[in-house]
Amino acid sequence: MLDATSILPLTVDAVSFSGGGKLLLEPNSFVIPAGGLTVVLGPNGAGKSLTLRLCHGLLDPSRGAVRWADASSGARTLPRRAKRHAMVFQKPIMLRRSVEANIAHALAASGISGPERKARGLQALVRFGLAERASQPARLLSGGEQQRLAIARAWALRPELLFLDEPTSQLDPAATRQIEELLTALVAEGITVMMSTHDLGQARRLADRVLFLHRGRLVEDAPAAIFFAGPQSAEARAFLAGELLW
Amino acid sequence: MEVGAVFQAAFALVVGLDPDFLGIVGLSLRVTLTAVAVAALVGLPLGAALALARFPGRSAIIVCLNALMGLPPVVAGLAVFLMLSRSGPLGPLGLLFTPTAMIIAQVILVLPIVIALTRQVIEDLWGEYRDHLRSVGLEGMRAIPTLLFDGRFSLATALLAGFGRASAEVGAVLIVGGNIAGYTRTMTTAITLETSKGDLPLALGLGIVLLSLTLAINAVAFGASRIGARYAG
Repeated sequence: MLDATSILPLTVDAVSFSGGGKLLLEPNSFVIPAGGLTVVLGPNGAGKSLTLRLCHGLLDPSRGAVRWADASSGARTLPRRAKRHAMVFQKPIMLRRSVEANIAHALAASGISGPERKARGLQALVRFGLAERASQPARLLSGGEQQRLAIARAWALRPELLFLDEPTSQLDPAATRQIEELLTALVAEGITVMMSTHDLGQARRLADRVLFLHRGRLVEDAPAAIFFAGPQSAEARAFLAGELLW
Repeated sequence: MEVGAVFQAAFALVVGLDPDFLGIVGLSLRVTLTAVAVAALVGLPLGAALALARFPGRSAIIVCLNALMGLPPVVAGLAVFLMLSRSGPLGPLGLLFTPTAMIIAQVILVLPIVIALTRQVIEDLWGEYRDHLRSVGLEGMRAIPTLLFDGRFSLATALLAGFGRASAEVGAVLIVGGNIAGYTRTMTTAITLETSKGDLPLALGLGIVLLSLTLAINAVAFGASRIGARYAG
């Protein structure tokens, strides 16, 4: 998609995380190959968000390692140019600037220079239907538009892998639908997506593959069709039946 | 002298644009605004760095800065006086009883306010922005320009607080400036002098101008930051 060398697959090797003297995430291992949409599913407090943050490099694992195929994109040090994965958060983080400037800022931070920055910014605005909003203050957009801008901003960085942490949990059904359609289009474009959700319906609609977490443990890792047809674990069965809330 | 007559005389002085009077107002503004500008130049980045850095002794520095916000101007003036006096370490520069000495003293008064308030503003903003900025690779000190720019409306208030402190104080500029007519006489030192001499109209006229200027600057800054904040959300 970009360079000859891909950062994928992403290998998560026995990664665990402790905080405040408690083991929040047990040593979990999985691999994210190129392509498709992986949903990290589980009830609140299962460690979904933690898992994404560890993969993206916002947190360092207490044990284990997060490895990218192209070693130069190692997430630990977050090298600017080499980093080809981006993240969108549950509550859109909008800088106190215009829509356009929000995208330009992310590009500049990633070391993209003037003319290229402008071109990519414009491309992102058009691609995500924000061109008319370009000069408006980002923080005055509606919740759905803010999340769309957050995705546009991440997309402008040309990531191979896009992390999204419960991107629709604060949105109304119409905006949620819009974001879901966007994500489907991004996957069709060839971007690998890894998102967390606790919304079963959303997982069913979007997932190619499911990583099911429960209390910090990766309980199940299966193609979506198989997971939803016949979950192997008691926890997953209970979650699908709507009985597992914690 | 009747109160009414005092006000009348003060009013005449203000509208009469007396050159001596204008000189005093001009010097006051020059000293205070320069001091605030220098304090901003130094204090905004330092405050932001203090907000982001974690090192042993950080809490102690924050406590000291907060305490220094209440530093009595006469004490600051005395310290600068000792530094700049002929036998002091900076004596050879010959700065004592000059406007530069007054600016130095006021910078010392304003700087802790700017640093302490900036630290608070930037720390709050970092809490909000942290995930995104780290995600796009702006870690540690590299996040400072973004944070200062996005905190601009709150930071304007920090600078206003500094301006208020500098424009209102009399102790420091009196000690290091010497209240020399036509050279280091500011509004506050003139008010002190004229009041003690009994020239109440001049003192009151200066007081009115000082109040009006402070009011005007605050109104402009407030309006600008309200409009800006509405624009930026």
